[in-house]
Amino acid sequence: MSTSVQTHTSPRLPDRGRVGMTCLIITESAFFSIFVVGYLFYIGKSQHGPQPADVLEFPWLATACLLSSSATIMLAVAGLRAGAMARFSLGLLATMVLGATFLGFTAMEWRGLIEGHGLTIRTNLFGTTFYSLVGFHAAHVMIGVLAMSLVLSLSLLGHVEKRHAERVELLSWYWHFVDAVWLAVLASVYVIGR
Amino acid sequence: MEFPRPALPLAALSRTSGFVVGALTAALPVAMYAADASSTQTPSIFDPRSTQTTEILAYSTLVLGICAVIFTVVTALIAYAVIRYRARPGDDGREPAQIYGSNPLELAWTVIPVVVVVILALVTARTIVDLQIDERPEGWMPVTAIGHQWWWEFHYPEFGFTTANELHIPLSDSTSGRPTFLTLESADVIHSFWIPRLAGKMDVIPNRTNHAWIAPLETGTYVGQCAEYCGTQHANMLLRVVVQTPEEFERWARAQQRPAVDDPKVADGRATFLKTACINCHTVRGTVATGRFGPDLTHLMSRATIGAGVATNTPANLRAWVQSPDHLKMGARMPAMGLGETDVDGVVDYLITLH
Amino acid sequence: MASIDLPSPGTQASTWTSPGREQWTTVLHSWVTTVDHKRLGILYVGCGLVFLLIGGAEAAMMRFQLFFAQNDLLSPQVFNRFFTMHGTTMVFFVGMPIIIGMGNYLIPIMIGARDMAFPRLNAWGFWMFLFGGLIFYFSYLGGDGLYAAGTAPDVGWFAYAPLTGKAFSRGNSTDYWVLGILISGFGSIAGAINMITTTLSMRCPGMTLGRLPLFVWMMLIVSGLILIALSPLTAAQVMLLFDRFLGAHFFDTQAGGDAVLWQHFFWFFGHPEVYILIIPGFAYASEIIPVFSRKVIFGYPIMVGATCAIGLLSVGVWAHHMFVVGLGKGTAIWFAAITMLVGVPTGIKIFNWVGTMYGGKLHFRLPMLFCTAFLFQFLIAGLTGIMLAAAPFTWQLSDSYFVVAHFHYVLIGGLVFTIFGAIYYWFPKVSGRMVNETLGRWHFWLFTIGFQMTFTTMHVQGLLGMPRRIYTYPAERGWEVWNQITTAGVVFQGVGVLLFVIALIHALRRGEPAGDDPWNAWTLEWSTSSPPPAYNFAEIPEVRSRRPLWDLKHPDDPDWKYE
Repeated sequence: MSTSVQTHTSPRLPDRGRVGMTCLIITESAFFSIFVVGYLFYIGKSQHGPQPADVLEFPWLATACLLSSSATIMLAVAGLRAGAMARFSLGLLATMVLGATFLGFTAMEWRGLIEGHGLTIRTNLFGTTFYSLVGFHAAHVMIGVLAMSLVLSLSLLGHVEKRHAERVELLSWYWHFVDAVWLAVLASVYVIGR
Repeated sequence: MEFPRPALPLAALSRTSGFVVGALTAALPVAMYAADASSTQTPSIFDPRSTQTTEILAYSTLVLGICAVIFTVVTALIAYAVIRYRARPGDDGREPAQIYGSNPLELAWTVIPVVVVVILALVTARTIVDLQIDERPEGWMPVTAIGHQWWWEFHYPEFGFTTANELHIPLSDSTSGRPTFLTLESADVIHSFWIPRLAGKMDVIPNRTNHAWIAPLETGTYVGQCAEYCGTQHANMLLRVVVQTPEEFERWARAQQRPAVDDPKVADGRATFLKTACINCHTVRGTVATGRFGPDLTHLMSRATIGAGVATNTPANLRAWVQSPDHLKMGARMPAMGLGETDVDGVVDYLITLH
Repeated sequence: MASIDLPSPGTQASTWTSPGREQWTTVLHSWVTTVDHKRLGILYVGCGLVFLLIGGAEAAMMRFQLFFAQNDLLSPQVFNRFFTMHGTTMVFFVGMPIIIGMGNYLIPIMIGARDMAFPRLNAWGFWMFLFGGLIFYFSYLGGDGLYAAGTAPDVGWFAYAPLTGKAFSRGNSTDYWVLGILISGFGSIAGAINMITTTLSMRCPGMTLGRLPLFVWMMLIVSGLILIALSPLTAAQVMLLFDRFLGAHFFDTQAGGDAVLWQHFFWFFGHPEVYILIIPGFAYASEIIPVFSRKVIFGYPIMVGATCAIGLLSVGVWAHHMFVVGLGKGTAIWFAAITMLVGVPTGIKIFNWVGTMYGGKLHFRLPMLFCTAFLFQFLIAGLTGIMLAAAPFTWQLSDSYFVVAHFHYVLIGGLVFTIFGAIYYWFPKVSGRMVNETLGRWHFWLFTIGFQMTFTTMHVQGLLGMPRRIYTYPAERGWEVWNQITTAGVVFQGVGVLLFVIALIHALRRGEPAGDDPWNAWTLEWSTSSPPPAYNFAEIPEVRSRRPLWDLKHPDDPDWKYE
């Protein structure tokens, strides 16, 4: 062992933010996979009450919103990296609006299910698994929108600069992950489950 | 740096290991059997009395044998290293030769265990295929066992009666009788059906049907109990299995099929029984009592124990039970009915006529 | 040991001294607000040891109840609560904090870093764990809830549905079980993320992955397992909470829910959890055995490979806990075979440790004593594990005392013994003082004898047909004498643990000063002062091999020539 700093040959170590976020995504994936497995396992096992095929509509618009928001956040990050603050803020704002619209569609869907079909989490196994899975995903969308609104506020106050691009990119990783979870939810709830 | 040749007494080991394994595998059951001598009730898995448990024991002995060989070899290695390589007093303080590893050795202690595992897995697969029976074979006697908190219900569909906690089945050796095929269901939480000398465990799960089978080789009474924690009185969810000759079993079954005895001498007690909440939970065939939450009492006195084996079935115990089940079995689902002394006497007098 | 010029730690505040005046409020404040990985490590291990004493007392009470057949020392309700509290405490509030705490303390120092990657997240994780534990034990006061039924949880540590449903578990006791574990689970996940990130991103110059001490490698794999195993448990517990509070039906068998689904979810966590707890034991042994054998670890690459293999296999074996739920034949065969396969990498490890001892000069100081007992006991634990993997054998053994014996051999014979060894090994580093060898030896022998009496006999009860979790048993079963030996062993273990506590307190008060490197060891933590300064190293070290201090002490024959 040598303590002299001259022979410093530092290996390129991965950025800790990236490693941490990757770990968070792995553990969140494990969390969601249990809810997905629960949903798939209970398909068709409800003893009574509404069945998915009777009440669920394929959420074209909500899906379009969420998937396109992945593109807008990429634009925002690219903008920040280039130092184009306007592009960054606009991209972020667009992402937030798309995310919020997605939540709006979810809210409308739930309202229809609860008021129109009397389906709640206690109605049957379908209600139980549906609201838990979709609800946890929506909660993650909500957290993402809140985090972005925080970044946007800081940016408008002038606290976000080009050198923060790495951190904002981590937020975009989270957002892409939420998108990917939606694809899994879409596949199990609206495709296989219907 | 080369690896020093291991001067292991391997040859001697292989010679002695045979004896050691033999001694170990023989000693264990003998020790168990010695424990049995003090009590004929010990449900030792080394003392099987059915086809299935005998087969399980043969398989288990093989597994034990393999493990005993591994145990002997590795313990000898550890002991040898510990004794041979202790730092001695007067050591020169120099560091020993640093050995970083040895590919041939490491390959050896990877490949040999893999071979052992493959053999063991094949034998295991064979045993599972042989001993797990999921459909009732033609001619086997069906019995439905339903686990309750904390007692067992047994239903005999061929004979059309229900009893509790004491399962009677016919002998099934090569000359006579037939095996019993059990369908296991639960009325509440998960239980597990286990009679170590007759049948390995099978869980009893609500909303799901499991199966077990018993082909007993010797008559007698065998004990077991619920093996999956199921709440407060899990410990007192005992099981007794009475294995009878086919003729005795037939006689017992015919007796169970009859409706309850109606003895005019205990009409008062009978009336008390039939007008209290007893009938919400208990069935006495031939009366208005048709409850299903508690044990069927039609032939209560044909059973040796009450409270799922918590006490012997004597009039005194019955009285204590009727008065306050909590006293004998704390937390039992049966409430104290709050009957007066005379009413309790009457009900117990009635119950002890239910032969 | 030759005198070596090591970087002077300077005059920075160390772990035990706080800035300013040493008033107790100042000290307390500095510990509560600390984000120093060493202090958090000490807090984790210290709290874990306190919970160990509580969980041990619960176990002792159960054993006294079982001393006689038909004993009435404890009521069934109290007994059932004790085994639930005991199991949950030992797994979640003793095992987890101690392994995470040791990782916290040692990983940064071993890789030449000054702190964990996320110090504040680290503090958050510790407090989550502690609050989880406090909420769990608050059940004794708060379990009555508004329904006045139940106090502490009594559903068993794996809480099988539907016993946990509202219909069978009134009141709030089960909710405390769920919430306590849920909250401490967030702490564990935070700890795991931190350990992974620290290991990957904070290594000092020259510390390539191939030169990580085995301890760090194994904790890296453990952390990965925590990430993928603990959040499924969190998910299942959220489902259970939905069932209990919102009227959902995940595990509600009356509404078509499946009781076995809970078992799949629970054991998908539960089996990796066993490896989460035992691999750190391997990690301690892999550091201690070489130092006290005076030899480099035998077969470093295959040790890393075997640990990875155990980690991978561990997520594919969960249903071996469920051989008696009525699995299909194919499923049973699959899980039996994969489970047996775990024996291969585990065997490799045992052989490699023995290979390390072989040809060495073994010094049986306290850490090595515990590790040698560990080798022997873990061998037995592994072999009974093979027996339990043998599905038809398990039709008899499942849920019997044989299983209880098996996993106590793993978790005490394997983990607790190595934890004691590890504490004796690193205590001089953490406190700067040596532990009294005589007290430690009394601890070792009493605890080992007690352990063998208790848990070797438990195998016999199981083979004689005694199921676990029963608060009483009929006298004519012939189990009484075995239970009495088992209970007698508890007394020895209790006295042993008491001596352990006394030895630590004695060492803190008047232990011999340890010096920087009392064991003449080879990893980086021994290059700094004891206790280490707040920033661990005055200068960030640079390494060229797996044993930097060996290179320093043997410049003529350094390790890096051979790796």
